[in-house]
Amino acid sequence: MSKREVQEVNAGSMADIAFLLLIFFLVTTTMDTDTGLARLLPPPVEEEPEDTPPIKERNVFTVLINSQNQLLVEGRPMEIRDLTEATKEFILNPLDDEKLPEKKEIEVELLGVQEVTKGVISLQNDRDTEYQTYLMVQNELQRAYNELRDDLAKRKFGKAYEELEKEEQKAVREVFPQKISEAEPKNIGGN
Amino acid sequence: MAKFRKKKSGGQQAINTASLPDIVFMLLFFFMVSTTMKEVDMKVQIKPAQATELATLEKKELVTFIYVGVPAKKFQALYGSEPRIQLNDQFATVPDIQSYIAQSRDAMRESDQPKMTVSIKADRECPMGVITDIKQALRKAAALKINYSAAEMVKNR
Repeated sequence: MSKREVQEVNAGSMADIAFLLLIFFLVTTTMDTDTGLARLLPPPVEEEPEDTPPIKERNVFTVLINSQNQLLVEGRPMEIRDLTEATKEFILNPLDDEKLPEKKEIEVELLGVQEVTKGVISLQNDRDTEYQTYLMVQNELQRAYNELRDDLAKRKFGKAYEELEKEEQKAVREVFPQKISEAEPKNIGGN
Repeated sequence: MAKFRKKKSGGQQAINTASLPDIVFMLLFFFMVSTTMKEVDMKVQIKPAQATELATLEKKELVTFIYVGVPAKKFQALYGSEPRIQLNDQFATVPDIQSYIAQSRDAMRESDQPKMTVSIKADRECPMGVITDIKQALRKAAALKINYSAAEMVKNR
């Protein structure tokens, strides 16, 4: 039997081809990842149900933004940077204040019985509110929830909320559910 | 006699480039995976709003974009300088949103349809009126998962 050598394919130009592709992708690539605030819209309602149970005044945290991008929180003007603290106090109600929302005790998996607030955040803006301001308010509310969840996660599991397992995150979310309700906007500022 | 042959000297030794394609391929794959093609050309000007508590939009194929902003300079003669909505490659009005959402939902795999997210990319100075209208339209179109697009906050603005 004659030994036939297997002819090797010349791979010298492989690098050239790869380089060509590489440069193409280098040029077309954009590394930006899309980031933003995730929100869930309420499902559309056919008609307002008539006998909605009234929500107690103390359980509602009203945040109004006017067309001049100013904030009115619970009837008082407020700067955006103070909103996070105010929200946290509203949700936690650490001193069981009469004016702050009620709490109910529910059984949460992994965490046992927990006090959960009945409070709802109500957000209303004007049609002329700037998008940036609206987003900042949403951002501060989100920050309040994130900080509360993080605190609880650190206390109970010794880890940040982001690092928890799925079930643990779910349990923490159950203690601090995000309840932000948005009313139909008003049009006071003209236009 | 010549047991110890002198090593051949003279002439530069060529570096073995056999592993060069491997290295290049590695880079190539990295860029291929991380690349996202620009899908649309923008007809509206958008200066992104800023926030700190950001979540990343992960699966690109689940996301539908709605752009809101003032038309770019060359379109202002035609479309004015009020904030407008851009869907895909063209200007649109609020009633167009419903069919746009339905269309992009149909284009998705059935298992992905409930996970559809709509990302609202609006200019930071855009008034909320337009965005509220969009939100109402999205509610009607049953696209409830939304995402307000924003960039990472630059400190000490």
